[in-house]
Amino acid sequence: MQKTEQVQYNRAGQRVVSPEYMLFEAPRTKHFMTGSEVVKEAVKRSSVDASVSYPITPQSEAAHMIGELWVEGYVGVYFRGESEFGVMSEIAGCAMAGARTITTTSGPGTLRAMENFPMWAGSRLPIQLVLMARGINSPLSIQPDNLEVSFLLDTGCMIWHAETAQELFDMIIAGFVVAEQPDVHVPIVTVVDGFFISHTREAVMLPPDDIALPPYNPYKAPMPPIDMEMSPGRFLRDPYVMKSNYISYATHASWQFEVRAAIERSRPYAKHLLRGLIEEFGDPEGDLVFVASGTAAAQAKEATQILIHEEGVKARVVRLKTLRPFPTQELIQAVQGAKYIFVPEFNVVGWLEREVRRALYGHVDIPVIGSPRVAGGMTMPPEFIVKEILQFLGKEVKHVV
Amino acid sequence: MRRRRINVRMPAIGGQGAVTAAHIIATAADHAGYHAVSNPFFGAEKRMAPAESYVRIGIEPIYDRGEVVYPDVIMVFHSQVITMGKSYTMPFYSGIKRDGLIIINAEEDLLSDRDKAFLESLNVKVFNFSATKFALEIAGTELATNMAMIGAFFGITQIAGMESIEEGIKARFLKKFVASGGTMSLDSAIERKFKKKLELIEKNINTAKAAYELANQWAKEQGIEPWLPKPQEVARV
Repeated sequence: MQKTEQVQYNRAGQRVVSPEYMLFEAPRTKHFMTGSEVVKEAVKRSSVDASVSYPITPQSEAAHMIGELWVEGYVGVYFRGESEFGVMSEIAGCAMAGARTITTTSGPGTLRAMENFPMWAGSRLPIQLVLMARGINSPLSIQPDNLEVSFLLDTGCMIWHAETAQELFDMIIAGFVVAEQPDVHVPIVTVVDGFFISHTREAVMLPPDDIALPPYNPYKAPMPPIDMEMSPGRFLRDPYVMKSNYISYATHASWQFEVRAAIERSRPYAKHLLRGLIEEFGDPEGDLVFVASGTAAAQAKEATQILIHEEGVKARVVRLKTLRPFPTQELIQAVQGAKYIFVPEFNVVGWLEREVRRALYGHVDIPVIGSPRVAGGMTMPPEFIVKEILQFLGKEVKHVV
Repeated sequence: MRRRRINVRMPAIGGQGAVTAAHIIATAADHAGYHAVSNPFFGAEKRMAPAESYVRIGIEPIYDRGEVVYPDVIMVFHSQVITMGKSYTMPFYSGIKRDGLIIINAEEDLLSDRDKAFLESLNVKVFNFSATKFALEIAGTELATNMAMIGAFFGITQIAGMESIEEGIKARFLKKFVASGGTMSLDSAIERKFKKKLELIEKNINTAKAAYELANQWAKEQGIEPWLPKPQEVARV
């Protein structure tokens, strides 16, 4: 961050403050709002230069409200793309020109735009995508299901998964800061489960809206803005692949490694601004451990309280805040002493179960059970999780009427 | 019975304002010092088709999200929820918890003997009243049906008084308006609109209040105590 004694103001006339002041020190007041409204509040305080939108449920409201910010003068440029592919390409153009950028999408929109995400990462564009997950067709679903996250895991983007509207607010602000670190400088996808966050109204603590993050400084980028012709990228014209020689293979491979290494280098920054990459909840002695992210973690927390207080089952939750980077060491440490690991999920494939198995393999020998799992937008009531656990443990189920 | 949490399911039909009601109830509960979360059913709603919304109120942080599958309270906004099965769950009381409460907006008793036997076996109380009639008589429009339902909910559960309910209603209808047009710069057109809005809010509050008093009376006759400890009591514990 720029160090200066002078008070600075951004384009919108907001006082520029450090990320630490914004996230940790600024006085906060309580508001009662939806996850979509929270996106607007976060963008308002982030000195955003450009945003491109396209409507798709359930993120349309959030995209619309970023447009309101443009009308009010808080966002420099805002327009609607011709499709999600258009949006993600155009936002890349904005980022290449040195703008701080944010966009939003959901479900099938994510897949339509897919080619662009690895392009963002390879071009080292610190674009922020707020993904309000809704699942993927077919059959058509507009409801909360987070299958599309599985497709994003290996695009070279950082991926964080917020549990509440409050965390989404804080993650959007922190996301810009971490993504724009010169030694990181890759895209950031802040995920929430659609509807469970976007359409749910809850109490959120917000700092005042007359302060904002320092503007993005594109001259700190690891690659020069706009000019994508320089090594090692040469993305736009005359790329190495045209030479069809060993240099092209080596360049491609080393750059792919470098993008992933950049995600790894984001760890200390994310750890600092998110106050850790994981959160532990419940009975610290619990031998039954839920490993989850997003809304699945919220439901597991509620089930954990029922298990502890009403069923005498010692349970706890290890909630992953980041998926890329994956908090491997933190997870290995946190599941010590566990007898069973349950991974509840809102998708049919169990992408988090796969991730957890991979991270723990060879480190701990604890059975990983990919359950409960719902899909297609179904709710996962805590009573349902409790029932599943009690049945697994061979105990009497008396909770569900 | 003292609870730590109330989960509410509101089956309604599109256009009745069940989503608005959920938001107002949550805002009022938040104002009264509880933790509260509200959300609509996650789908595409349309007028006269089934629509549902949910509220969770508690004395501890609420993590649970989504549809309320196992409710403590069910608020039936329209008789067609029962008579025509315009409900996401069948029967409409599926999942109701022991010692629960059902509030039905209907002039007549719509429950069959079988329904009653089942609900009695779980000690579920049923409050049957015509919220729509209240709305027509007091606000002059059936659009205020949701306000009568809000009043009845708080009258019976006794977790928030009229002050908090008024706050919830004002937050829903007034906040944004005031925020976007400074009171000094209101021209006469906006002022007229504003006056109309204030009248509307007053009618809404009056409807909620009348239903609150009626339902509160009923609750007292039934010997129903407040459903949640007061937030101050929680703080002392």
